[in-house]
Amino acid sequence: MTAAGTGVRATARMLARDDGRGGTSLPVLEGDGPLALRRTRGSGSEAHVMLVGAMSGPLGGDHFTVEAGVETGARLRVGSAAATIALPGQAKGESRYDVRLTVADGGELRWLPEQLISAHGSDLYVTTRADLGATARLVLREEQVLGRAGEEPGRLGSRLVVRIAGRTVLDQELSCGPGAPGGWDGPAVLAGHRAVGQVVIVRPEFADQPVTARVLGEGAAIMPLAGPTALVTAVAPNALKLRRILDEALTTLG
Amino acid sequence: MHLDHSLDGPAAVSADAHRPDGSHRALRIGLGGPVGSGKTATVAALCRALRDELSLAVVTNDIYTREDAEFLLREAVLPPERITAVETGACPHTAIRDDISANLEAVEDLEDEVGPLDLILVESGGDNLTATFSRGLVDAQIFVIDVAGGDDIPRKGGPGVTTADLLVVNKTDLAPYVGSDLARMAADAKAQRAQLPVVFQSLRTEPGVRDVASWVRAQLAAWTA
Amino acid sequence: MSRAALLVLADGRFPAGGHAHSGGAEAAVKAGRVTGGASLESFCRGRLHTTGRVSAALAAAAVLGVDPAELDAAADARTPSPALRVAARKLGRQLMRAARATWPSEELDALAREFPKGAHQPVVLGLAARAAGLGALDAAYCAAYESVSGPASATVRLLSLDPFDATGALARLAPELDRVADQAVEAARMVVDEGVDALPAASAPLLEISAEVHAAWPVRLFAS
Repeated sequence: MTAAGTGVRATARMLARDDGRGGTSLPVLEGDGPLALRRTRGSGSEAHVMLVGAMSGPLGGDHFTVEAGVETGARLRVGSAAATIALPGQAKGESRYDVRLTVADGGELRWLPEQLISAHGSDLYVTTRADLGATARLVLREEQVLGRAGEEPGRLGSRLVVRIAGRTVLDQELSCGPGAPGGWDGPAVLAGHRAVGQVVIVRPEFADQPVTARVLGEGAAIMPLAGPTALVTAVAPNALKLRRILDEALTTLG
Repeated sequence: MHLDHSLDGPAAVSADAHRPDGSHRALRIGLGGPVGSGKTATVAALCRALRDELSLAVVTNDIYTREDAEFLLREAVLPPERITAVETGACPHTAIRDDISANLEAVEDLEDEVGPLDLILVESGGDNLTATFSRGLVDAQIFVIDVAGGDDIPRKGGPGVTTADLLVVNKTDLAPYVGSDLARMAADAKAQRAQLPVVFQSLRTEPGVRDVASWVRAQLAAWTA
Repeated sequence: MSRAALLVLADGRFPAGGHAHSGGAEAAVKAGRVTGGASLESFCRGRLHTTGRVSAALAAAAVLGVDPAELDAAADARTPSPALRVAARKLGRQLMRAARATWPSEELDALAREFPKGAHQPVVLGLAARAAGLGALDAAYCAAYESVSGPASATVRLLSLDPFDATGALARLAPELDRVADQAVEAARMVVDEGVDALPAASAPLLEISAEVHAAWPVRLFAS
């Protein structure tokens, strides 16, 4: 971790490996400054890691990076202990939060962090990139909450990119809050909803049997992408309702 | 445009009489006319009359997405894969005349998927008296009016009544009940259309769609000659 | 370069199937999110800065000679809704037909051979602009303008909205259209050097979700 005048730079890393005995080992598990990682009790062959934010999320000018790798045959589930809150900081300017995920053939990653909350006055750009082998499996949840209760949101930009065997199957960017391009809160984009989320599910078997597109109420849909991937996109009035919809979608997909 | 350019291309772009592989394409006949005049019923009757002797398919242009197509499916006049609904954004006349691209796509897909076809009927959703088919889409068009819509329609004319290759005056069985004068309609139609043919029909009584079916057969004979 | 050719391509009456699509307006009207001139303007503004921005960059990149197949795949990745992917290809196929008849070109023929069921419409639009002798900025303008003109004219039909209100909304968006078109060309130039990942990926969650809601209706006026 470095703390220059421009904010904190921190990178946390983890690597999951098939331990050869039906389990998953974590040869790399390195927290950094505000980003602490804890191994928690796993289930079956799956190792569990908890992201513990020792400080309250990225402040102005901070640049956090989390890297997770899953090797062939390994299974990893990553959660977080609490929501991440983007806050305004002393240092001016945009803060960044980058997530880099790689899953090798036959590996499985379940990336299920808590919400990201964009507090009033904050300015954060989040990128999440998942690079998968052709037979890798992934469940990735991303939830954004615009403002704490009753609060106007900060500026929040996010980009989510999923590549399978080098081919981009999903590339989505969302910009909200003060200074975002016009219409972000209007009827085409969020229409006043304060929580927006996506779940990406990659399974090799979707190549032959893609999910059927279906809607879950007026604010959510399960959609087959052009690749072995299903995407759930949802908008909701608040974080609780959003989570309920996404959980329901995950249950539907089994 | 250069005619041979489109023939060389991967897919036809216009009303060319040949398909990209050089084979003769199906004859395309449009059916238009006001709402409720009996276009869909005429299409259904034509399908029943011709389906045993011809390979045919239907394209519908509905105001509400698929209602005419659904009617034809319910009536089982053709197998479902031979009926395609084109969505028109509430404007069938745009889809059959001003911007025919979706209809051309539909007829080509039918030829590709269930062809070879002899005949494709392209039905317009009920529209106004000025709605006619583009010559880029159909080879001949039938305009269907009915006696209940008022016996002055032939006299008023309009592009459909005046220029359609065949004018059908439908529901003649209702004439006594709605006070329509068939003789006057025939005379007015003759005056508006000169030599172009007119058929008076009732689908509820014999001979039903016979005369229209005969006209279609004659068109097809000329097309394939 | 002919400015008049741009008018031909951008004309709402150019016979390429657009009249049957509402750009999401039908679903937004039914959901009560678009109810009049002001909400239509807000809808169009949001669509311009998401779908419009991406479409304009795709079209501009196609004019600059970026491989259409790569652009088409990038468009797929930026269009999660299968209903919208189908609509984009349908419109692309219809535009391909109209453009080949209007501006015969080897490139358009090759595209039609590679994508017989249609490529994403903005990619075809870019190649059509190229065939018409237009530049990247022209194609970007065309795509950006289509992203708002379609919903506006559909809403006039759906709500019996005063057409002057709809046209006024489009006129008020003009400065933003200018910026979107300029930025699209900048992005397209980056794509030439860096590949399609440099394309913008601005998304509108409700346009994607509502497109699926709309596709599931048994009865609707517009195809999308």
